[in-house]
Amino acid sequence: MATIKAGEEYGFFTDTSVCIGCKACEVACKEWNQLEGNNPTFLADSFDNTGSLDAQNWRHVKFIEQVPDKSATTGNGSAWLMMSDVCKHCKHASCMEVCPTGAIIRTEFNTVFIQQDVCNGCRNCIAACPYGVIGMNQQTGTAHKCTLCYDRLQGGLEPACAKACPTQSIQFGPLADLQQAADVRLATLHSQGMNQAQLYGRDDKVYGGLNAFFLLMDKPETYGLPNADNAKLPSRNDLGGYVGAAITAALAVVGGLVAFRRRVTG
Amino acid sequence: MMYLAAEHFVRSPQWLWYILFYFLFAGLAGGSYAIATLLRLSGDPRDEPAARIGFYVSLVTTVLCPILLTADLGVSWARFWHMLVDVTPGDTGLNFKYWSPMSIGAWALLVFGFFAFVSAAEAWLSDRRGSPLVPLLLNRMFNVIGAALAIFLASYTGVLLSVSNQPVWSDTWSLGGLFLASGLSGAAALIAFLMRYRPEAAFSLSRLHQAGGYFAALELALIIVFFVTVGAAGTLPRLLPWLALWALAVAGIAASLVMARGHMRMQASGGSAVLTRVRLDTLVVSLLVLLGVLALRAAVIFSAQ
Ligand code: SF4
Ligand code: SF4
Repeated sequence: MATIKAGEEYGFFTDTSVCIGCKACEVACKEWNQLEGNNPTFLADSFDNTGSLDAQNWRHVKFIEQVPDKSATTGNGSAWLMMSDVCKHCKHASCMEVCPTGAIIRTEFNTVFIQQDVCNGCRNCIAACPYGVIGMNQQTGTAHKCTLCYDRLQGGLEPACAKACPTQSIQFGPLADLQQAADVRLATLHSQGMNQAQLYGRDDKVYGGLNAFFLLMDKPETYGLPNADNAKLPSRNDLGGYVGAAITAALAVVGGLVAFRRRVTG
Repeated sequence: MMYLAAEHFVRSPQWLWYILFYFLFAGLAGGSYAIATLLRLSGDPRDEPAARIGFYVSLVTTVLCPILLTADLGVSWARFWHMLVDVTPGDTGLNFKYWSPMSIGAWALLVFGFFAFVSAAEAWLSDRRGSPLVPLLLNRMFNVIGAALAIFLASYTGVLLSVSNQPVWSDTWSLGGLFLASGLSGAAALIAFLMRYRPEAAFSLSRLHQAGGYFAALELALIIVFFVTVGAAGTLPRLLPWLALWALAVAGIAASLVMARGHMRMQASGGSAVLTRVRLDTLVVSLLVLLGVLALRAAVIFSAQ
């Protein structure tokens, strides 16, 4: 890969059509970022015992079971959708929008990063992230999520998950290059008759575009991702909330003044 | 157009007990300051004892707010001031994001704390002197500014919940108004309750019950708006496990409405609107209302998490 330069936009293109669910990304991420992981649990949820993204899991391979009733013809079977989920490094990031301390910043690589020495653990970002990405680290009392290997990028290395992925389901690079690669891949799949294939976050319909975008083999909702109609920023509710409060305040003040008006008493 | 239900794939922020009680005290602090100011605006000096109860309540409940918020930060509690000051290396400065209710709320709490302190101190010194310390006009102007902040404090907590991507919270615009109305209603109940310790304040009791009734009516209307908006978003099922809490909230509202009606009838029938003491019914209704105010916040907070 070409040298990683500050000032350029970088991201992930996760092509779920080639993910084999090996979880090498989860392991590589934990290893590089020294994440202890949660206590092992058996979730009885397909091949998934990770559960969700959180403070210890910055990559999470989702298994969406779609076992058909009838057996498929050779070469056309598909029992699972697999997807290595991660922070989307949204262009319009809900987490960053609400963070009151300024802990969440955009780095010189145009990724979204939580500064651990600034975060104070208020958890507003957790309430805001529409993808359920951020978790609280109870030891540090701060919010944690994928850093897009900020430290590796600064050292000129690609992120650990992309490096470990054996099928190139996770690709790292300059955003423009990834978008181009995604367009080519989508065209190939469509030409093979896989018309359900679609890109998610490649354009600006979802949070202004995602630096970590995906090629999906079904609707976004199937993967637990909000579709373009549901992908809204928290600030959409500022106006309605305050107007509702202001109307209530006006009515309450009138009510109070009427109730407390001076009475002539005997 | 096909109706599209709101979809949520978020994690819960685990805002639990500290935040529940913060929301309660912020509502009571803002509500009691606003009521105390409205009592002063009535222009009748006989309302002053009740107003002063309001200012005292406001200070005590305001002091509890930052303690609860700081405790909620867990091991990062010593960084509570990061809400106000951005310590990003190379980019330090004050934090103020007008679009993030948590950011404005931190400032509002700080500035309102000043107003609550000054007003309570003034009430205390006036009580000790036996006559008003500051000319009434000056006092009223100060109180009106404080009351605007108080109203913000009592309501922004609801807006804060809505400005998220959480189910229920972000599916409605009614929470700011709802928390304000219930904060006012709870504050009216608390001031009425405390009048038993200051008998001369009972002059305002009947009208306080009347005001409490208006606030409760507003709260009831907003609960209906809340259920309608959440229902339209398709997240109503999340409210079901908490119906007992909603029932408590409605019981508090009903108690307040019944009480207000009784007092309004008494006034209308030419009976004396001035009670000389706080009776048992006021104590019972006040407790019911306060329980309802807490239950309402618990029902809202827990339904998303
Ligand atoms: S996916 Fe969530 S945590 Fe990542 S940038 Fe977007 S809003 Fe923030
Ligand atoms: S938990 Fe940390 S990163 Fe998240 S909103 Fe609060 S201060 Fe910002």
